[in-house]
Amino acid sequence: MTNYLTRRLLIAIPSLLGISVILFTILALAPGDPFEELATNPAIPPDVRAHLRASLGLDDPIHERYWSWLTAMLRGEWGYSFVSRIPVDQLILQRLPTTIAVIGLAQIVALCIALPVGVYAATRPYSLFDQVANTLAFIGFSLPTFFTGLLMILLFSIYLDWLPFVFRTDIEATGLNWWWQMLRQTIMPIMVLGLFQGAAWTRYVRSAVLDVIRLDHVTTARAKGLPESRVTILHVVRNAMIPVVTLVALQMPAVFGGAIVTEQIFRIPGIGSLLVTSILSNDTPVIMAVTFVFAILVIFFNLVADILYGWLDPRISYR
Amino acid sequence: MNEDDLRQMIGRVQRGSLSRRGFVKRMAAVGLTAPMATQLLALSGISPASAQSVPTYAPSRRGGGGALKILYWQAATLLNPHFGSGTTNADASRVFYEPLAGWASDGTLHPILAAEIPSTDNGGLSADGRSVTWKLKRGVKWHDGQDFSADDVIFNWEFAKNPAVAAVSSGSYRDVNVVKVDDHTVRVEFAQPTPFWADAFVAAIGQLIPKHLFKDYAGANARDAPTNLRPVGTSAYKFVSFAPGDNLRAELNPNYHMNNRPFFDTLEVKGGGDAVSAARAVLQTADFDYAWNMQVEDEILKRLEANGRGKVNIIENGNIEFVQLNPTDPHNEVEGERASIKSQHPAFGDPAVRQAMALLIDRNALQQFIYGRGGPATANFLNNPPRFVSPNMRWEFSIAKANEILDAAGWVRGRDGIRAKDGVRLRFIYQTSVNAPRQRTQAVYKQAAQRAGIDLELKSVTASVFFSSDVANPDTYTKFWADMQMYTTTMPQADPERFMNQYVSWEVSSKANNWQGRNIARFRSEEYDRIFRESQGELDPVKRAALFIRMNDIVVSSNHIIPLVKRPLVSASLNNLKPVLSAWDGTTWLLGDWWRET
Repeated sequence: MTNYLTRRLLIAIPSLLGISVILFTILALAPGDPFEELATNPAIPPDVRAHLRASLGLDDPIHERYWSWLTAMLRGEWGYSFVSRIPVDQLILQRLPTTIAVIGLAQIVALCIALPVGVYAATRPYSLFDQVANTLAFIGFSLPTFFTGLLMILLFSIYLDWLPFVFRTDIEATGLNWWWQMLRQTIMPIMVLGLFQGAAWTRYVRSAVLDVIRLDHVTTARAKGLPESRVTILHVVRNAMIPVVTLVALQMPAVFGGAIVTEQIFRIPGIGSLLVTSILSNDTPVIMAVTFVFAILVIFFNLVADILYGWLDPRISYR
Repeated sequence: MNEDDLRQMIGRVQRGSLSRRGFVKRMAAVGLTAPMATQLLALSGISPASAQSVPTYAPSRRGGGGALKILYWQAATLLNPHFGSGTTNADASRVFYEPLAGWASDGTLHPILAAEIPSTDNGGLSADGRSVTWKLKRGVKWHDGQDFSADDVIFNWEFAKNPAVAAVSSGSYRDVNVVKVDDHTVRVEFAQPTPFWADAFVAAIGQLIPKHLFKDYAGANARDAPTNLRPVGTSAYKFVSFAPGDNLRAELNPNYHMNNRPFFDTLEVKGGGDAVSAARAVLQTADFDYAWNMQVEDEILKRLEANGRGKVNIIENGNIEFVQLNPTDPHNEVEGERASIKSQHPAFGDPAVRQAMALLIDRNALQQFIYGRGGPATANFLNNPPRFVSPNMRWEFSIAKANEILDAAGWVRGRDGIRAKDGVRLRFIYQTSVNAPRQRTQAVYKQAAQRAGIDLELKSVTASVFFSSDVANPDTYTKFWADMQMYTTTMPQADPERFMNQYVSWEVSSKANNWQGRNIARFRSEEYDRIFRESQGELDPVKRAALFIRMNDIVVSSNHIIPLVKRPLVSASLNNLKPVLSAWDGTTWLLGDWWRET
C-alpha cells in the first residue's frame, strides 16, 4: 500500500509539471495584457504602460517567466495578483469558504437525490416511479444551469419577490436571522447546481445498480431469506458504488473550482467568478494559481477514488 | 455674434452693468446653451454660483439616511488610486479618497479639498500660465484623526512620479514640479505655459493618499502597503470592509469636513454579474439604489422603467462612436510595414470616395433602432463641453448623392455592381469589436454601401484582442490593418487637449513606436498640427475654444473620421434617490452629496 502510494505520488510530479508548462504557455500566448484598460485612456502615456509591463516582468521571455513562477511556487510563494496587487493565496482563501459552502452543499443535495432515487428506481425497473424519475432526470440534465438559474430568478425573485438574486457576503444580521438570510440567498444557486448534478448522477446510480442486481450473489442472498433492505444495501449498493465513486470523486475538485456560470449569474464571490474575472483581465498569477490547484486536486481525488475502490471491493489489491 | 461682441458682453458682466442671468439669457437668444454661457463667464474669471454646477443638497443634518446600496457589474479589485486601472477601481477608491477638486457635469471645477478654485482673479493662476497655486481647505482630518496638510499633497506628487512605485497616475505628475508654499498652500509649476492646468490633484487622478500611512511604502514596496486594501481617506464615508472583486462597505464619517454631510449611515458597493440583471435589481426589484453604466438595450431599460420604481439617468459627455477611413494602405507592405505612413490608401486617397462613405451611414437609424437614448446622432467628433462644440458640421444620409459623387469622380460600376477605377475596386474590410450594437451598425452600413456600388466586408474581433496592445497580434485596433474600423473613444477630461491630440502627426501609431501612438487613424494635416500647437500655448479661453472647434472641423470635413453617435453615461437609480453625477468625473466623485427624498 505504502509502495503504491509513493509510486502514485511520484508519477504525479511529472504530470503536474507538464500541466503547469501547458497552462503557462497558453496564457503567455493568449492576447492582451492586464493594462488593456489603460491603453484606451489618453491620460496615461504609452511609456507609463510599458514601464508597468516591465515592472511586472511581462516583457521577459516565456521560459524565464515560467522559471521564476515555478521556483516561487516551490518556495510556497503564489505571487501577487497583477490587478489587485495582493497575494494570490489571500485572494483564493477569501473566496474559498463561499465556494465550498455553496458548491459543497449543492453536491450533497445532488447525492441525497441521486442515491435514494437511483437505487429505488433500479430495484423497481420500469415501474411508474422509475418512469417519472427517468423523465425528470432527463429534463434535469438537459437544461443548462445558466438557463434554470435565470428561470428561477425570474420566478422567485422577480414575479414572486420571495428571494434575493444578488448574493451578499456581508449580511447585517446576527444569530438565527443571519442563517435565515443566508439560506434565502443561497437556496437558489444550491438548488440549480444540485438538481443538475443530481439528475445526472441518478442515471448513473440507476444503471450501476441495475447491473449488479441481476448478478447471482444477489439471487443467492435473497434465496438465503435475507430481508430485501439488507440485500439492497449490503449486497447491491456496495458493489454498485464503484463507478459512482469515480464520478463523485472526479466531481470533488469542482467544489474548489466553483461553478463559473452559476456564480456569475447569482453574483457569488467564489473561485469560479475569480477565475473568470482574472481571465478577462489577463491576471496570469491568479489564473495560474487557480488552475494549478485545480489540477492538483484532480490528481489527488483520482488517487482517493482508486483507494476507495479497494475498500469497496477487497478483490482489488495495490501493488 | 462674433468674438468681439462676446468679449464686450463678458466685460459688462465683469463691470457689473449686466447681470449673470441677463448674460445667459442673451446668449440663449443667439443659440448658445446656458452651460456654455456660464462656462464663458467662468473662464473669464467670473465664478459661477456653485449651485449651478452641483444640485442643491437638502438634508439639514448629518446621517439618518439608512443604507445606500450601489451595484457595479464590474467589481473593484484594489483601493489605491495610484494603482487601480479602470473606472471601477477609481470609483471605489474615490469612496474614501478625495482630490483637491472634481469636475462638475457642466465642465467646471468644484472644490473638494481645495478652499477655492484657482483663477486669475484670486491669484491662483499665474499670468504666464506656468504655475497654479492651490489653497487647501483648513480643518480637514484623515479618517484616523490626523490633520490633512500640504505635506500630504507634496507626498502624493513624489509617490506618483517615482518610477519604482509604477503608479498608473505617473503621467500626470512626472512633468510638473510641486512646491510647498505653507502648510495650507501648494504651487504646481509647469515647464511650459499650460492652459489646461487642472490635471494633477484633480478628479480621479488627483485622489490624495495620506503621507503618514504610505511614507514607508513610497518605493518598490508600494504594493505591500497594508493601507492599499484598508484605505484611510478624508471623505464622507469611512472604511469598514473590502473583498476584492466582490464588495466594499463603508460607514458615515462623523468628522467630515462638509456640513450636514453625508446623509447615509452606511454604504455598500457590490460588484460583479451583468448589466441587465443589475438594471433589474434597481428598476424592477429595488434591491439596490443605484446601478452603474447600464450598457443595456434602451428598449429593455424602458420596459423596466415602466415599473415606476426607478429611472434611467443620462449624462452627456464626450464619448463618441465613430468610423475611421484608413489614409494608408493596409494591404501592402511599404518598407516592411503594413499601413505604413509612407503609403496611401488606393481608394480613400480620393476625397470623393470618403465623402460618399460619409453620406452612406444612416445615423438616424442608428439612434432610433440601435442605440436609443444611449446614442444620439452627431456630426461632430468633439461634442462636449458645450463651449467646444462646432456649429459648422452637418450630417446627411443620401445614397443618391453618394452615387452622384462617385459617378462624377469616375468610379464606374463593374458587372458585379461594384465600382472600380484604374483597377482599384471599392471593396473594403470594415473591422470592429464583437458587440451586438456594433455588428448591427456594420450591417446597416453594408446595406447602404451596397446600393452605392461599394462592397463592405465585415470583420469583428473579440474585444479583448481588438483593444489590446499586444504587438504580436495583427487584429488590434492600434495596428488598423483594415480599410476602415469603428469603436468608441472616450474623453476622460472636460478639457479637449488630451482628446484632440489623437490626430496630431507626431502621435501616429506605427511600427517605430510599437503601435502605441495615440493617432490610430493615422490622420495627418499640417494645418491641424499647427493649430494644435497653438492651442497648447493659448491662454485665452475663448480663443482656445475656437481653435478646438477648428480642429474638429478639419478632421470631420476630411471625412477620414466619420462621427456616428454620442455615447452618454447611462445609469439607473431609484426614483427617490438624488445622486450627484458628472460627465467628467467618476460616479462616486461627490458621494457625500447624495441623499434620499422621503
